[in-house]
Amino acid sequence: MNDRNTDTGIGAAVLRKEDRRFITGFGRYTDDINEVGQCHAVFLRSPYARADIGEIDVSAPLEMDGVIAILTGRDMAADGLGDLPCGWSVKSKDGSDMISAPHPPLASERVNYVGEPYGVVLAETRQAARDAAEAVATDFGELEAVVVLKTATSSEAIHEAVPQNRCYLWELGDEQATDAAFQNAAHVVTLELTNNRIIPNAIEPRAALATHNPASDEITLYTTSQNPHLARLILSAFVGLSPEHKLRLIAPDVGGGFGSKIFVYPEETTVAWAARRIARPVKWAADRSESFLTDAHGRDHLSRVELALDADGQFLGLRVRTTANLGAYLSLFAASVPTYLYGTLLAGQYRTPAIHVEVEGVYTNTVPVDAVRGAGRPEATYVVERIVEVAARQLGIDPVELRRRNMIQPDQFPYQTPVALVYDTGNYQASLDRALDAIDYGGFPARRAASEAAGKKRGLGFACYIEACGLAPSQLAISLGAGVGLYESGEVRVNPTGSVTVFTGSHSHGQGHETTFAQIVSDRLGVPFDDVEVVHGDTGRVEFGLGTYGSRSVAVGGSALVVAADKVIAKGKLIAAHMLKADPAAIDFESGEFSVRDSNQSLSFGEVAFAAYVPADYPEDLEPGLSEKAFYDPENFTFPAGTHIAEVEIDPQTGVTEVVAFVAVDDFGEVINPMIVEGQVHGGIAQGIGQALLEHGVYDDQGQLITGSYMDYCMPRADDLPDFDVDTTITPCTHNPLGVKGCGEAGAIGSPAAVMNAITDALGTEEITMPATSEKVWRICRGD
Amino acid sequence: MNVEFTVNGTAHTLDVEPNTLLVDVLRSTLGLTGTHVGCDTSQCGACTVHLEGRAVKSCAVLACQVDGGTITTIEGIGTVDDLHPMQEAFRECHALQCGFCTPGMIMSAIDLVERGEAGDEGSVRAGLEGNICRCTGYHNIVRAVLHAAQRM
Ligand code: FES
Ligand code: FES
Repeated sequence: MNDRNTDTGIGAAVLRKEDRRFITGFGRYTDDINEVGQCHAVFLRSPYARADIGEIDVSAPLEMDGVIAILTGRDMAADGLGDLPCGWSVKSKDGSDMISAPHPPLASERVNYVGEPYGVVLAETRQAARDAAEAVATDFGELEAVVVLKTATSSEAIHEAVPQNRCYLWELGDEQATDAAFQNAAHVVTLELTNNRIIPNAIEPRAALATHNPASDEITLYTTSQNPHLARLILSAFVGLSPEHKLRLIAPDVGGGFGSKIFVYPEETTVAWAARRIARPVKWAADRSESFLTDAHGRDHLSRVELALDADGQFLGLRVRTTANLGAYLSLFAASVPTYLYGTLLAGQYRTPAIHVEVEGVYTNTVPVDAVRGAGRPEATYVVERIVEVAARQLGIDPVELRRRNMIQPDQFPYQTPVALVYDTGNYQASLDRALDAIDYGGFPARRAASEAAGKKRGLGFACYIEACGLAPSQLAISLGAGVGLYESGEVRVNPTGSVTVFTGSHSHGQGHETTFAQIVSDRLGVPFDDVEVVHGDTGRVEFGLGTYGSRSVAVGGSALVVAADKVIAKGKLIAAHMLKADPAAIDFESGEFSVRDSNQSLSFGEVAFAAYVPADYPEDLEPGLSEKAFYDPENFTFPAGTHIAEVEIDPQTGVTEVVAFVAVDDFGEVINPMIVEGQVHGGIAQGIGQALLEHGVYDDQGQLITGSYMDYCMPRADDLPDFDVDTTITPCTHNPLGVKGCGEAGAIGSPAAVMNAITDALGTEEITMPATSEKVWRICRGD
Repeated sequence: MNVEFTVNGTAHTLDVEPNTLLVDVLRSTLGLTGTHVGCDTSQCGACTVHLEGRAVKSCAVLACQVDGGTITTIEGIGTVDDLHPMQEAFRECHALQCGFCTPGMIMSAIDLVERGEAGDEGSVRAGLEGNICRCTGYHNIVRAVLHAAQRM
């Protein structure tokens, strides 16, 4: 690395390029964009959790001022639009395929959750569309709704094709070996766990703006998407909205995603269809109430967990039975989240030799449940790290010591787990040691005594998590039921003046790719950081992409850029060799200079770039131009891991839990920009603490969402959270060119278990579910 | 009805409906899209602007209520070449990720400092209670506000 790059290259805490527009108000989010002649869409939504749609009387609202059209699911069906698909198919343990319930973008016969759209009003103003929507008179035949997860399989079938509301009964691991382990166990620890339903709540609500050009028959859709190319593929290949080459999706600045903007939703689909149908640009921006009702929710598991141990506290076997709520329909990734992104992580950081997990995926009359930050891995970590902590308590072993006894040792990698994964590398003891230092583990008894003296209860909780990121090796993913590959594309285009435009299929909605990816390419090519521009989120400019989720952007998208940059260097060497009349094999490239080995002849990157576009005397076999592409398909998942420790203090008088300290020591492999990585961890921890203490998506018996606004759904605010103590240890990933693993989700994965372990430690009971609200804690303190 | 007000130093006379929200006038009529809308219950603070120098949630103010008023939005406090110290601090402290809450957060934070209520971490955390950020976990926002308070 040359001097110039120490400030901006790999490993430097470079300030973000994108911030300039965000701090001055010049970000450009979907709802900031307007088209001449646009009209506004407001959706007709079901007020019932389950009902037959009867007659829809639009005669009065159609007469209202400014109303252009009212379209329903029946119009959409008549136009031949297809269902929204689930991108993963999972098999049940008996070998049968999961049962996917048909999911039309707009319901035409039956609605299955409160808020489900069955029509759309298009009007000159949003207010006019709203007024008209209220005036639509729809006859609903209300039906009994299935809302309670626990009894869903014994309730009436929601979908005709799905007996017992069971989508699948999936298993992983060796059942016999696990049973045998339990027979030989000296101790068996059992725990019932609830993983509470959460609502993602990116602060920018979903939005869409579509135009149709009747001459070219092209639809352009601006939308709040984490993966515009995948959305385009689905809209064209499955929904049949329009041919792929006639559909351009642009995801401009996107205000947070956390998973919720991966999926292809009814509303965005409808807006694009309506724009063509009424020959006007159509705009829709969700209000927050619609976000609560219709963004895919997360988690919502009920589990029974059993851990078998020998007399020394060695783990012998783990048995997990989980019921996972899928909501009313299968959303895009829904089938994979409680299965392959969950069951495969149940080995955690440990050598547990036998594991068996069964997951029953169940439909209910609630909004679809899908990936939310961590997606399956927080649920797995919660299961593993709660039962390990409880086992330590029951066996009277220090929880750190019990973990150490069972951790995979640094010299045991690559490590094959009994649940399908091969961990490539790691050093779990290193992050644990660092975290113990940071929290001052030795000083805890004194701190606890001080709290007790002040009438408070203090607790400490651990979570030694593992996650599988960098989704995903395509061959493996497809063999497990994925409908597409999970590579990423990248293009490094060198302009004639030597500046570089980078195109990536990853999408940034807060992660700072414009900075991180520029660091990677600038470092590789030796061009100044400011001369590298990153383009993403537009199917009209970027060749292809699978987008951003599963902490995959740097590991997969960044690696694609490294491969493309290396191709640029290879091509540059040919050009330099030609210009310097040397053998290409004798050209070296370092720090932005092409030089002839053992000579003083050299050319700068800029000189070679310019020559690439001014091919005065090129030989026949040398193509002009300097622009290269790569599709990078990872060899394996990456396995970030680490230790999170929460220390809480509870006031028994009020039930308020204060997180007094939170330590996270994570191993993300190599770090490109430590400032951004820390920020990702902070945000993840905040969401995890939110899940543990405050957040809960609740439906009443009738299927009405009773936590449908910020008045009822408790978002973590600044004064609910502490400062976080965040650090990293590094074991580089062994199979990608950057040695990176991914950092976007870790915070949300480790923290719920750490916080709940701390709270149960303080309270001396395991009988509390997330969120551990002050009311629940207060009741326990009172002995209710 | 007609209202007159000044936004970022420019006087406007506009014909608005009695139920038009200030945030809609700013975003749709004046094209000042730096002010965002994140909720419909006046909870998130993404829409925060200054009215007579004090932070208000522009989704909770009717346009007709600000007749004769002076409003400053995120576009009016600094430019890319001449940032307000709060804007600078947000960038330097990595106090934003997706940027959606950021304009409102910056406008609230400036008011907090100007009211002299940004003395320590606790008061900054309490003072930002009306602004929700889903990305940053607030850690760096608090650092940025304390940092800017030194320079303002
Ligand atoms: S938009 Fe949420 S408070 Fe104004
Ligand atoms: S930076 Fe995304 S909500 Fe605050």
